[in-house]
Amino acid sequence: MANEHLDPALIRGLTQPRLSRRDVLKYAGLGVGAISLSSVLAACGVSGAPKATGQSEKDWSAFWSSQKTHGEFNFANWPYYIDTKKGTHPTLDQFKADTDITVNYKPSVQGNASFFATLRPSLQAGQDTGWDLFVITNGAELTRLIEFGWLTPLDHTRMPNFTKYASDLVKDPVYDPGNKYTAAWQSGFTGIVVNRKYVHQDITSYGDLWNPDFKGKVGMMDDNTEIGSISLLLDGVDPVTSTPADWTKAAARLQDQKDAGLVRNYYDQSYISAIENGDTWIGLGWSGDVFQATQIGYPELEFIVPDEGIMFWTDAMMIPLGAKNPLDAMTYVDYVFQPEVAAEIADWVWYVTPVPEAQPIILNELKDPTVAKSTLVFPDAAFQAQSHGYYTYKNFDDEKLWNDTFQPIIG
Amino acid sequence: MLFVIPFFTMASVSLQTGNIDIGFRQTFHLAEYAQGLGQYHTPLIRSLEYATVVTIATLIVGYPVAYWIAFYAGTRKNMYLLLLLLPFFVSFVIRSLAWSFVLSDEGIVLSTLRSWHLLPAGFHILATPWAVMAGIAYNALPFTVLPLFVSLEKIDKRVVEAAGDLYADRRAVFLKVILPNTAPGIFAAFLLTFIPSAGDYVNAAILGGTSTTMIGTKIQDLFLGRTFDYPMASALSMVLMVGLLVGITAYARVLGTDSLGEYV
Repeated sequence: MANEHLDPALIRGLTQPRLSRRDVLKYAGLGVGAISLSSVLAACGVSGAPKATGQSEKDWSAFWSSQKTHGEFNFANWPYYIDTKKGTHPTLDQFKADTDITVNYKPSVQGNASFFATLRPSLQAGQDTGWDLFVITNGAELTRLIEFGWLTPLDHTRMPNFTKYASDLVKDPVYDPGNKYTAAWQSGFTGIVVNRKYVHQDITSYGDLWNPDFKGKVGMMDDNTEIGSISLLLDGVDPVTSTPADWTKAAARLQDQKDAGLVRNYYDQSYISAIENGDTWIGLGWSGDVFQATQIGYPELEFIVPDEGIMFWTDAMMIPLGAKNPLDAMTYVDYVFQPEVAAEIADWVWYVTPVPEAQPIILNELKDPTVAKSTLVFPDAAFQAQSHGYYTYKNFDDEKLWNDTFQPIIG
Repeated sequence: MLFVIPFFTMASVSLQTGNIDIGFRQTFHLAEYAQGLGQYHTPLIRSLEYATVVTIATLIVGYPVAYWIAFYAGTRKNMYLLLLLLPFFVSFVIRSLAWSFVLSDEGIVLSTLRSWHLLPAGFHILATPWAVMAGIAYNALPFTVLPLFVSLEKIDKRVVEAAGDLYADRRAVFLKVILPNTAPGIFAAFLLTFIPSAGDYVNAAILGGTSTTMIGTKIQDLFLGRTFDYPMASALSMVLMVGLLVGITAYARVLGTDSLGEYV
């Protein structure tokens, strides 16, 4: 640095008392405090959702007929939920070859609530979320998306494969009558999983989760919809038609289970490693996880359909409002209902495929009888007859009541 | 700025009313605080208890470690410090998960001990408060040792020698010279251990059970869980933060350290 060109500001800084970091923070605190209390805070509120923003009035058939494909779309799905071979997804490559549409596939959905939380600000502001298609489970978030009018209705004129091949289990579901907004990706069951290394007796009922023999070895789920629903089943109540009085009763039983020290923990996805390790011996489980575990080195695990039945849930594909490439996404939604495509995916993810026609293909062409013959991938009629749906919240207060009833048990 | 703006935003949110359906409005109602304290005082108190136990335990374990490295490690001082920091090369979530495998009921430790008949049937470590506290203490230990080490190392060795020359025995040297000289280090170690421990939400989730929920887990759940109760989550965060601030200020007064800035 040349001496004769010293910056005056620097000299001032060197010669005059400087503000210490603490002083700066102090002044800044005062300043912001003064401004914020009056004006800033008042503008800080988070605005509510628009109530069904003219969904019904909008002419969606005109919307769809005006759309063109753009050659790509962005797809958010759960991790490990599509066929994968050496880092690529064969069915997506095939889709590209067939339609010239590139799928930007991202396993970005880690949880229904957390994914919804990332979408909400954009949807509320009427902006593009960055996704053209995503997959979440039927439940509070999905209901809210539909209720708020934040989804683009599917174009049923472009769904011939869905109409022809989709299983009755996923057609016209309770959470989305007429499949107006959603089409199933895969489904699964919630039932009982036991580790046969430690549990030798017959398990026939959810009541076995209250058996004192398993004290401290019962794994429950941290999802209050799951634990609430199975407790309702134990009372002989169908969750779909349950009432708040039923909920209170079901919650009391769950609280007893916890107070008696039966429950080891309320698990998220980690429940499966807990039962593999023997930390838990018996608990609630998701069919596909259990089937996968038995195939990768834990044959002692068993999925049990209790007498009271099992819960049937569906992970559904949907197009958010304001998506940039709706037609590309729409094309894909129907594409996966072709039996060949569905077979490839089902043979990798091992959950319940929405396309029963995939079964002979997995058996004869993919030569994988274990998957083809598993009732956990292709539920037979008896299995289907025992499956129950979840309660659909009527509005936010209804949902809050459910949460207030069941959430304190977990927390 | 990085502290002030989020702080006031959080204060603002904690005084809003509403739900995700109808939106949140600034109402300046204190209802969330009252309701929050009523509903969540158990995990709040539990968090403070755990943090207290963890802080005391890490100080008891950490002080001799720091003392030894500062006075006896000689030329290999840096290597020992590196060893101390080595766990930080792995994400702390992964480390907690690793513990959950090591300590699992049928894991390597417990199954071995059980096969030697050293443990009663049904004994387990995971899902107990001890597992959670041990997990937090394990993660916090380097944060305790480092400031202690710095303050121990700064002690002028001649002062220690002088004390010896004045016929102080080893016990008196430690209690009258070394310990008072490391008071700022102890306080810094306390801050760096107690505050993150009280707000920890990972260990309780991974190593804990049904009755070890900490306030951090609750706050996270309220923010990102299905209820999206932002005001309540903010209110609880404020309670935790202001509570810690008041407690620590009081503690600092008692300890009377003014050279704290050198350590934090």
